Amino acid sequence: MSDDNVEPHAPRALTPEEKKQRNRRNLAVALALGAFILTVFLVTIMRIGGAVADRPF
Amino acid sequence: MAGPGDYFALLKPRVMSLVIFTALVGMLVAPGKLDFFLGAVSLLAIAVGAGASGALNMWWDADIDAVMSRTIKRPIPAGRVPRAEAAAFGGFLSVLSVALLGLASNYLAAGLLAFTIFFYVVIYSMWLKRATPQNIVIGGAAGALPPVVGWAAATGTAPFEAWLLFTIIFLWTPPHFWALALYKRGDYERAGIPMMPVIKGEASTRRQIFAYALILGAVGVTPYFMGMAGLFYLAISAILGVGFIALSWSVLTAKPDDYGPAKKLFGFSILYLFALFAALLVETIVKMGAGLYV
Repeated sequence: MSDDNVEPHAPRALTPEEKKQRNRRNLAVALALGAFILTVFLVTIMRIGGAVADRPF
Repeated sequence: MAGPGDYFALLKPRVMSLVIFTALVGMLVAPGKLDFFLGAVSLLAIAVGAGASGALNMWWDADIDAVMSRTIKRPIPAGRVPRAEAAAFGGFLSVLSVALLGLASNYLAAGLLAFTIFFYVVIYSMWLKRATPQNIVIGGAAGALPPVVGWAAATGTAPFEAWLLFTIIFLWTPPHFWALALYKRGDYERAGIPMMPVIKGEASTRRQIFAYALILGAVGVTPYFMGMAGLFYLAISAILGVGFIALSWSVLTAKPDDYGPAKKLFGFSILYLFALFAALLVETIVKMGAGLYV
């Protein structure tokens, strides 16, 4: 059976309120991701400290 | 469409605040010294781990939440967040929080956090909750672990003292939830949850609440006798312990259709646990202050 003849559904247009919610969600995800990256970076620096270069290459 | 607030609600912020508080007390009462920043990150990781298990619980229990008045407005039954998204959100945060705690403190703390999440989601939510009236008794171990995780984060160990804090929360959980289950019995019945009042009846539940209150009242004061706490803690835990037992007695002796004492006990139980851990925290902060200035 083939779906070749089935017309693809056009995505439903978001209402202004839904767009606003999506933007807020995207912003929250971006901020959380940025905060996580910064936290892991700072924790790594604090745990390794000045010994960061003391390793064989 | 769900906003950030709906995802935050999936983390069960109220439960999370109690987890943060008890983990912080475990972390500070422990004799180890943890750097302020690493301690704060560890606490954040514990909080996110607790929130993640809350999201996974809401994913699994969406059918129950939809028929209970207390939970019907949660993001999944209200139709704001799809179940699969809650599962992905909770699973993702679980992995992230355990990894972050391992990085910021040690692998014992990270392992204990992973076990807490596993116990709450798999052992309690998926298995015990729908299977036995002892669900919240055994499942209470998940809610009791945060101070042990906090202690382990600070010291890399989980000694007897940490497990004493665990025991206090573990013994507190049954009378706390059974008091609620007494006056929300209809909700649990409709949802098919075998809570103690539904299976064994209200009279048996009231007796068990009183028995747990007696044990809790005694165990509540033991941190003083173990040398973990001072006179201030002893006074708070003794006074509130007597209050807890007295309220449980009024639950036991109340008329069958009188749920006033159960409602009072439920509210008082939150105050009891908060006050005991706050007393430990105050004493620790005072000791730390004295250590700085002597």
